[in-house]
Amino acid sequence: MARVSFTENLQRHLSCPVVCGAGDTVSAVLHDIFRENAALRSYLLDDQGRLRQHVAVYVNERLIADRDRLSDPVGDADEVFVFQALSGG
Amino acid sequence: MTERLYVATRKGLLEYGLEGGEWVAGRMSFVGDPVTAVLRDSRDGSLYAALNLGHFGVKMHRSDNEGATWRELPAPAFPAVPDAVDGPSVSLIWTLVAGGADQPGWLWAGTLPGGLFLSRDRGESWDLNDALWNHPRRTEWNGGGYDDPGIHSICVDPRDSKRLVLGVSSGGIWISTDAGQTWSLGGKGLRAAYMPPALALEPIAQDPHRLAQCPVAPDVIWCQHHNGIFHSADGGESFSEIEAATPSAFGFAVAVHPTDPDTAWFVPAVKDEFRYPVDQRLVVTVTRDGGKTFTVLDEGLPKQPSFDLIYRHALDVNVAGDRLAMGATTGNR
Repeated sequence: MARVSFTENLQRHLSCPVVCGAGDTVSAVLHDIFRENAALRSYLLDDQGRLRQHVAVYVNERLIADRDRLSDPVGDADEVFVFQALSGG
Repeated sequence: MTERLYVATRKGLLEYGLEGGEWVAGRMSFVGDPVTAVLRDSRDGSLYAALNLGHFGVKMHRSDNEGATWRELPAPAFPAVPDAVDGPSVSLIWTLVAGGADQPGWLWAGTLPGGLFLSRDRGESWDLNDALWNHPRRTEWNGGGYDDPGIHSICVDPRDSKRLVLGVSSGGIWISTDAGQTWSLGGKGLRAAYMPPALALEPIAQDPHRLAQCPVAPDVIWCQHHNGIFHSADGGESFSEIEAATPSAFGFAVAVHPTDPDTAWFVPAVKDEFRYPVDQRLVVTVTRDGGKTFTVLDEGLPKQPSFDLIYRHALDVNVAGDRLAMGATTGNR
């Protein structure tokens, strides 16, 4: 399972420690995590399930390409980082 | 009971209390976070705060103990549109309004893009008003205050809480007499000088900046419109233009006296692209005769050149009608 960690700024709003999520895409991994942490979903995804405009997700060192369907592949040994996108200066 | 003032700001929710004739800063909540709407529900004392966390989206919170503690609630959200990557998502809760006295727990929320949401359970869940969202003419709405059209004013008639009047920037005045099951376009007589002449009186082309309905005379609705000040005596179906306002009829906010429908306050500014107080002098104007004459009020307001704008929801009056509060875009209050 991929290891997923979250920006510290998110921890101010809700608990989201480093967790492991099952799945072979970013979407699958995140939704696996949402099953245990439902409140997290609306912090990362908008009403249509797209990545929020100012949230950035990396698989290892690679910024994901598909922000709408989160279809970027994830392997068991990968690390997923959920960060804030730099915006607003 | 001491009078309280709740101020939703870009940097948190501030509370002030009137103690011994002085306003004293009290509790601060959500410090550092943008609070886009606040509602104290006089029916049960609940406090609601809508947040717009820049990175993490729109959030709703409720306090059942006057703000001592808060609990996050689900925020209004558009239903997922299958297989559509351009489906809507709430980007701002623009206004929060309590339902009628006979509708305990009911809350209305107006959002950007222009969704009307209803909670029947004190914010524990929300439903999009499909009748308005799917109205064939809703697609004629345009951006006004923001790039997307939005619902900023929701008037619940105190005589009949099924009667709703909405103000949409920019999409006119919308009226329901059945608690939102069906909608019709009101606002006849509103005038939009920014439209081609043949469309200037088209009701759906109007940009009402804010509506204020008089609680004791709900047929009276004052409208601060992009194009001026308008007055309705028939619950929003039609309006007449008030041309006596000085130093300008442009502005965003309006407040109506709670027991005198002929008294309303406005904050004039220079339109359209300049948007600062006329002559850089921050003043409030009041009419006490239904719009025939206006008086400028400036005692206690800044004397130095001002860039303060008072946006739609940042002007309010207390229940006695003897105290106004306003907050400016610069942070002045």
